[in-house]
Amino acid sequence: MTSARRKPYGVKGAPYAFLIPATVLFLVFFALPIGYAIWLSFRKVHVSGLGLGKGAREEVWAGLSNYTAALHDSELLHGALRVLGYGCIVVPVMLGLALLFALMLDSDKVRFTPFTRLAIFLPYAIPGVVAAMLWGFLYLPDVSPFYYVLDKLGLPQPDLLSGGPLYAALSNIAVWGGTGFNMIVIYTALQAIPAEVYEAAKLDGATPRQVALKIKIPMVAPSLVLTFFFSIIATLQVYNEPTTLKPLTNSVSTTWSPLMKVYRDAFGTNDIYAAAAQAVIIALATLLLSFGFLRAANRRQKQEAAR
Amino acid sequence: MPITKRSRLSRVAASTVAVALGATALAACGSDDGDSKTASGPVSLTYWTWTPGMDKVVDLWNKGQGKKDQITVTVKKQASGDTLVTKILTAHKAGKAPDLVQAEYQALPTLVSNDALADIAKDVGDAKDKFAEGVWQQTTLGTDAVYAVPQDIGPMMFYYRQDLFKKYGLTVPTTWDEFAETARALKKKSPGTDLTTFSASDSGLFAGLAQQAGAQWWTTEGDKWKVAINDAATKKVADFWGGLVKEGAVDNQPMYTPAWNKALNTGKQIAWVSAVWAPGTLTTAAPDTKGKWAMAPLPQWTAGEHRTGSWGGSSTGVTTDSKHQEAAAKFAAWLNTDDAALTALAKDSGIYPAATNAQTSGAFAQAPEYFSNQADFYTKAAEIAKTTAPSAWGPNVNVAYTAFNDAFGAAAKNKSDFAAALDTMQAATVADLKKQGFGVSE
Repeated sequence: MTSARRKPYGVKGAPYAFLIPATVLFLVFFALPIGYAIWLSFRKVHVSGLGLGKGAREEVWAGLSNYTAALHDSELLHGALRVLGYGCIVVPVMLGLALLFALMLDSDKVRFTPFTRLAIFLPYAIPGVVAAMLWGFLYLPDVSPFYYVLDKLGLPQPDLLSGGPLYAALSNIAVWGGTGFNMIVIYTALQAIPAEVYEAAKLDGATPRQVALKIKIPMVAPSLVLTFFFSIIATLQVYNEPTTLKPLTNSVSTTWSPLMKVYRDAFGTNDIYAAAAQAVIIALATLLLSFGFLRAANRRQKQEAAR
Repeated sequence: MPITKRSRLSRVAASTVAVALGATALAACGSDDGDSKTASGPVSLTYWTWTPGMDKVVDLWNKGQGKKDQITVTVKKQASGDTLVTKILTAHKAGKAPDLVQAEYQALPTLVSNDALADIAKDVGDAKDKFAEGVWQQTTLGTDAVYAVPQDIGPMMFYYRQDLFKKYGLTVPTTWDEFAETARALKKKSPGTDLTTFSASDSGLFAGLAQQAGAQWWTTEGDKWKVAINDAATKKVADFWGGLVKEGAVDNQPMYTPAWNKALNTGKQIAWVSAVWAPGTLTTAAPDTKGKWAMAPLPQWTAGEHRTGSWGGSSTGVTTDSKHQEAAAKFAAWLNTDDAALTALAKDSGIYPAATNAQTSGAFAQAPEYFSNQADFYTKAAEIAKTTAPSAWGPNVNVAYTAFNDAFGAAAKNKSDFAAALDTMQAATVADLKKQGFGVSE
């Protein structure tokens, strides 16, 4: 009965009607701001004379000048290199630890699994800025309990807030905060491995170590790829940690990471046009890198499947 | 049933359109330059400020003078300094800046250059006599216009631990040479103690020190800006501090960190070049040393001179977006010149007023609690305030300040040449002006 009645009201149109909310949300909150940012990146301000008073300042077409300036900007390049160095520490250490913890939690010999899992995961629940502040205090020799102990024991007290150790200090915050999340992703994948696979391995006489290396890790490879993918994006977008540590030291400049430079140009020096162009470049680089990695990983998996 | 659905959908669509129309209508109101600016009848104004306790002061207006004039002011509390400048500029872009804003003196040229602040010379011009000339000049930018009414000032002073100076046998330096000698003498007597630190995160402090030395960072020549950040006076200041940092006579770590608080609180740093608002900061940073500090005039470059710079201070401006500029200007003048308002500002907000007669009013008869050992604190402060050197701000102070943070941060860390960092700051500032199209004279 209902079907007979509904027909005249245009079943054809229904899918589109259902699409409207999503489309509207996508356009208003996604496409429009991105489009506006791209539009701004092709604009610039032109001031005449002293620039005081009405009409002295106008927005004009800038062509690609913001982009060429950004690509020739040594500060942006240095920021990218710094982030690269930072990522080379964070990603392997964080994912290595996450995998290790996940494997350990998954083995039968561990007690208090729920508690341990929560304890490792907990730092992830702490907001990034709070975590960075917390560690920042621990890095400052004058207020840190670590340094107090080192001092009492007569051990050397490294300056963690400059030079090479600064990278370790920043990475440590990210690793501390991110390991738990990645561990949970990998651990969940481990839990999904069917029990008969283990049984077969046991019957074949595999040691727990062989099970971990030859069965568990290959079977959770998709989750490892996923966590790697997330980590690359998070690394390229690093902002919280260096920004929070910045007031504590002379070693973190306002352009330490590319995103910090975008922020500085947009809100520190009020040049939203240059900031927009840099943001677009960073977004493109992030897309290229992360999807490039995904494609490479997929190709490999397909090759392996074909073998 | 489907009919109702569809009609509901179209109703949603209709209301969305209505909202959109409403938004455009609002925007149109905001950018309306009609004669509504002088409208009579009840007027309500919005005021963006970061001053604590401002709502109490504004209450005085709303219940007194404001009630009579039918002008109601609403305070919207804001984050301070540079963040607010960005916010005002963004709001102004949409034509929706509030009627009244608080702005630091060095931000005024940026705001004026973005056409965000209205010229209120005809409404507040009479207030000129209430302020020191150097303070008033900052709100005119050297033109006939007046873009804001001065609210508070931050004349710089030298703070030191009286007890520890005695303990280490130091005398209060009256010149910068003596200051350097004091720093070295202290290092000899107590290697773990610093006289003070050079903070690369406090551009305002450095600007104030340069101002004292006679620097004029931004001046105008015809329709061109002249930037002189690396002039002889500023170079002298940069070399002085760079030398002290290099030889290790003063610390090189930033101020306003937990480590710095602790250093002040435990006597690891025994002096601070700061401004009149220091008692407030010390109260929270070094609570255990209350009553042990004393204030003296800033050391001088030439013995017998009396000059100081300023660190901080702000004004009240009226925006070009305001539809009631005259009423807003009336309030701005009242807030910063009326005796009752100034007393309330001193009491509820703890500011040091720009209006000269208020500096010696009843509210400042007693020394701040933290300085109860120095009964004539504010008498001295008012005398020092009179010796403030003129300052000269330009339309891209923010660019110069971020360049300062990075260049001096690196120089302080590496204990390298401060004069080179100063050249970097000058170059970045000039390059930015040129990039924007400002006329720049070399």
